[in-house]
Amino acid sequence: MTTNTQLNSAGTERPVGSRSGPAAARYRQGGTTALAIVFLSIMLFPVYWMINASLQPNGTTLQTSWLPLAPDFSGYATAISQQGRNLGTSLMVALGSVVFSLAIAAPAAYALAYFKVRGAGVVLFAILISQMIPGIVVANALYTAYNDLGLLNSIPGLILADSSHGIPFAILIIRAFMNNMPASVIEAAKVDGAGHLRAFWSIVLPLSRNALITAGLFTFLFTWSDFLFALTLTTTDDVRPVTLGIYQYIGAYVNDWSSVMATAVLASIPAIVLLIVAQKYVAAGTAGGAVK
Amino acid sequence: MSAAVQSRLHLTVPETQNDAGPRRPGYRRRERIYQWLFLAPAVAYLVLFFGYPVVKNVLMSFQDYSTGTFYTGEAPWVGFANYVTVLSSSLFSTSLINTALFTAGSIAGQFVLGLALAVFFKRKFPLNGMLRSLLLLPWLLPLIVSSAVWRWILDKDSGALNNFLESAGIISTGIPWLTSTSLALAAVVGVNIWIGIPFNVTVLYGGLQDIPDELYEAASLDGATGWKAFRHVTWPMLRPVVSVVLVLGVVYTLKVLDIILGLTNGGPANSTQTIATQSYALSFQDFKFGEGAAMGNILVLISLVFAVLYLRVNRRAVDE
Repeated sequence: MTTNTQLNSAGTERPVGSRSGPAAARYRQGGTTALAIVFLSIMLFPVYWMINASLQPNGTTLQTSWLPLAPDFSGYATAISQQGRNLGTSLMVALGSVVFSLAIAAPAAYALAYFKVRGAGVVLFAILISQMIPGIVVANALYTAYNDLGLLNSIPGLILADSSHGIPFAILIIRAFMNNMPASVIEAAKVDGAGHLRAFWSIVLPLSRNALITAGLFTFLFTWSDFLFALTLTTTDDVRPVTLGIYQYIGAYVNDWSSVMATAVLASIPAIVLLIVAQKYVAAGTAGGAVK
Repeated sequence: MSAAVQSRLHLTVPETQNDAGPRRPGYRRRERIYQWLFLAPAVAYLVLFFGYPVVKNVLMSFQDYSTGTFYTGEAPWVGFANYVTVLSSSLFSTSLINTALFTAGSIAGQFVLGLALAVFFKRKFPLNGMLRSLLLLPWLLPLIVSSAVWRWILDKDSGALNNFLESAGIISTGIPWLTSTSLALAAVVGVNIWIGIPFNVTVLYGGLQDIPDELYEAASLDGATGWKAFRHVTWPMLRPVVSVVLVLGVVYTLKVLDIILGLTNGGPANSTQTIATQSYALSFQDFKFGEGAAMGNILVLISLVFAVLYLRVNRRAVDE
């Protein structure tokens, strides 16, 4: 019985007692993979279509062919000359927001996970509530405040505002991870004479690396994708994230879809790179219990 | 079964250590100050970027706040006039119904498909990990990018969807997905479901991974496999994750602007106008900041109803 259970848990998760030879299991797994690929193809079709359309020659808007057999890069030339600067702005704002958000979220998550501070419950409650506050309400008030403070059309202004997407989420994600970290690890550090800062910096943060990367990735995603604050807190071309550039494109250039799609592809590249580079950390993070 | 699981779980959750014990007096206070310093930046940020806007928005909603205010600094108090204007507008009920349909439809679709895919990916098969991370792509893309792509796919005359349906012989003339008042909202909901699936799959899959294999082995010894195992092991163990996914989903969906503005701009004929898009239009297109604030506050109130419901159901999640 014991060997049987172990075999099953290590293998195909079939119930004990069902017939499953190794060949049958492989066959079934192959079928599952095929099914997964079908699901994925459907889900990723729009992404394929974006790339495909970006490589079509201009002017063939009425009938886009299913394959970019004669790839044409003029859409990209237009996109880079018109949106290159906006892409740079987006990158600066997103990176700034990741650094700022993690610097604020990680210590807070640690405090919420480990200290029984009076009022910690209130803070956690405030974080949950803050997630319910619509961005448009924040934008409405920030616009008038930013107008007085001279923060409209500025990169620091956008970093501060855009971090409101990431900070509450990052605190919750990192805290959830830290909750599963054994308290004995920190106690051991304390016994060795480490203060809070030392324990946090040299024990908790390294152990939380996966959670930090996951939170950073999400923060980058939220900020890079931000549209609302770009729309409301910038009024000139000086500081213009690419999301707003695309929005203006959709309004003005609908007849030149290859340029719009080329910009869309360019705006997607950091996200795709991030996915490939950070994939194993995300996988490790979601696999759960990396720290046990 | 689930009670046993729960109690076992509590045993494994580490107790937060208290620094009780024979220490010098004053140690605890110093300790407490240190602990608060970890929390202080986050508290300051929350106050400035969530607390202040909410208060400011409430004040603005009782003021006649217009473009002139930015030059003169004068915003006369008007009592409830903004609320009266907004609520009595014929557009309000449209926006309210659209918000409800958009949120309910999006959440139902995202969650059901997301859970199904998460359970599917829990099976072991070649390329599982790679395919699962590729699935994240639609979510990593900026919403406005997705809007642009879908606007192109759903285009009546040259869109890929109509091209496909026409060549498959299912339809003879293009369907105006985004330009028909009866279809636009459904199309927008469909796109939002597509966007939300990866988030649901990822979080739910993570939750599934945290369920110890031994529970399934124990359950299968008791004869619970397949659907029974899902009902008696997976679902109860997953419930905390499910409630987080659903609440985050509702909250994010209620305030969605990007997708709707990118796909339809609230049109045609306001058929995709929600409370959020209406609030944006009032403030930043009509420059009636007071009315926009009033509309925004109504959205906050709706979100608060969900917050309260959530907290009542999940008291423990906050207390622990």
